[in-house]
Amino acid sequence: MLLFLEQCLNGLQFGLLLFLLAAGLTLVFGIMDLVNLAHGSLYMVGAYFAATFAAWTGSFVAGALLALGATLLVGMAVEVIALRRLYGRDHLDHVLGTFGLILFFNELVRLVWGPAGLSLSLPAWLSTSVQIPPGIQYPTYRIAIIVMALLVALFLYIVVMRTRVGMLIRAGASNREMVGALGINIKLLYTLVFGLGAALAGLAGLMQAPILTVQIGMGENILILAFVVIIIGGIGSIRGAFVAAILVGLIDTIGRGFLPDILRLVLSSRGASAIAPAMSSMLIYLLMTVVLVLRPEGLFPVSSK
Amino acid sequence: MTAHLTPRNIVFVALLIFLAFLPVYAAIGGKAFLITLFTRIVILAMAATSLNLIMGYGGMVSFGHAVYIGVGGYVVGILAQEGFPSGFLQWPAALAVSALFALVIGALCLRTRGVYFIMITLAFAQLFYYVAVGLERYGGDDGLTIYSRSDFSGLLNLSNKTQFYYVCLILLIGAIYLTWRLVNSRFGMVIRGSRSNDRRMQAIGFPTFRYRLTCFVIAGTICGLAGALLANHTEFVSPAMMHWTRSGDLIVMVVLGGMGSVFGPLIGAIALLVLEETLPVLIGWAAYPFVGAAATQAGEYWQILLGPMLLLVVLFARGGIAGLLSGAHRG
Repeated sequence: MLLFLEQCLNGLQFGLLLFLLAAGLTLVFGIMDLVNLAHGSLYMVGAYFAATFAAWTGSFVAGALLALGATLLVGMAVEVIALRRLYGRDHLDHVLGTFGLILFFNELVRLVWGPAGLSLSLPAWLSTSVQIPPGIQYPTYRIAIIVMALLVALFLYIVVMRTRVGMLIRAGASNREMVGALGINIKLLYTLVFGLGAALAGLAGLMQAPILTVQIGMGENILILAFVVIIIGGIGSIRGAFVAAILVGLIDTIGRGFLPDILRLVLSSRGASAIAPAMSSMLIYLLMTVVLVLRPEGLFPVSSK
Repeated sequence: MTAHLTPRNIVFVALLIFLAFLPVYAAIGGKAFLITLFTRIVILAMAATSLNLIMGYGGMVSFGHAVYIGVGGYVVGILAQEGFPSGFLQWPAALAVSALFALVIGALCLRTRGVYFIMITLAFAQLFYYVAVGLERYGGDDGLTIYSRSDFSGLLNLSNKTQFYYVCLILLIGAIYLTWRLVNSRFGMVIRGSRSNDRRMQAIGFPTFRYRLTCFVIAGTICGLAGALLANHTEFVSPAMMHWTRSGDLIVMVVLGGMGSVFGPLIGAIALLVLEETLPVLIGWAAYPFVGAAATQAGEYWQILLGPMLLLVVLFARGGIAGLLSGAHRG
């Protein structure tokens, strides 16, 4: 039972991290109609920046803040230099162009930081563990991730729902042409939205960095999960991304944790351990297939343009 | 396609002649590695041609096309492992299993369009990648070594590099010819029409889903054959063959070569290889004045140019190399 609770917390943490990644992706997709495969590269760049800055300044928090700023700048630069010309084009063009960006970023990172990965170590005050009732020792850092991600989610909610900029973002997601026709500087809005998405991706990257290694190509696997999340949640909808991310995180973690045991009830032990890893990886994609078949627009679709 | 003496057609014919006489050139020049290199290009060109069928003509951008390479390869590998080295069993089995996979995947994915289609094919690619990683019995993540190539007792000796190269080349030409005939037939017209305006095709009375699914299955089958060939070529299969980035490589080949042309993928495959060989050298030359002896190391990072090149092709040279050749003729 305790193990189950712990896995639930892990799933929540993973889901929230996915939300950070998916939020940027769904915003960019919903507002600019841009399929950005290079989002995973921004995640990777954020992690690399954090590792480097933390090493320079000696402080994890300072490194994290600097990395956020740096990723924001990189994101805006990429938008202005490369992605601006892709707006309005076919999605295939977006996929191809941003795939090219993935190749570019992977090689750039390899050039600057070398092929071996980096590691980001936690400060002492984050390396402890706390006692959560009823009796689980849970790492402080993971709790910090959960808290941080929830705060960011709250911040996003306030910005999108309660500010003028957020209103423009929501309007742009519903009807882009109208917003432009009403005289809003749509180019600046796009750059800002993209920068925000990049910062979120960088945040996810740097938060995940101490748990997994910082290495080239780390963004690619999680990028697919982020896409699954936004498809399940509904493209353009942050609320959908939130719900879908938590769902995906929980199902993935609990599935991986308990599927072998569940299968062992039905199959022989050998059979269960043979197919369990494959099946747990498949769970998320099965979920996406089910959602696409039943509700193709996603769970929380934004009204169409 | 008319048989005019356009620059484009001349290039195509020259290419075919070059490929046909490659082993001769390799034997004379003593460069045996060229046969291995071009066998790989030919096999990948075949996979890319099958992708061009659905992507270039059908508008179905599949980021999971490398799955069929993996499926074809694993069928050969698994059969070889289980004691069925006969090519007469392996290759038809690879074709049949690939067709089955394509049927199932297509039936599920083709209900969606546009970016959803891209994403769901991507997800299926990952799904089968993880299934392959989970195949403990057949190597899992480490892959499966194939100790002998498909046995076509008496008829062919696939261990002979030259023979194998010609087998691959003939199959590639067959695939290109099949694509050309399909695309210019009534079936092809429906597919192309469905790409432009699916609703209208349905309104005219064509059951477009069935046509697109059939096209998808044909493409998957050809790609499965390419996978069987690749497994024979490298004598090794691993889940990495099915990773979505491999599908990305195929897409790059098709786009670079030209999506609207049957020879485009072949040109793209060769172009990608040419880039792989020449970009490091060019970077080395360019970097020499700045970094001196370290210039050769600078050449290692050639892919840093490939990414932006792809972006530039997408932005400015939409028709790929074949498109540039046609344009040159018109202009």
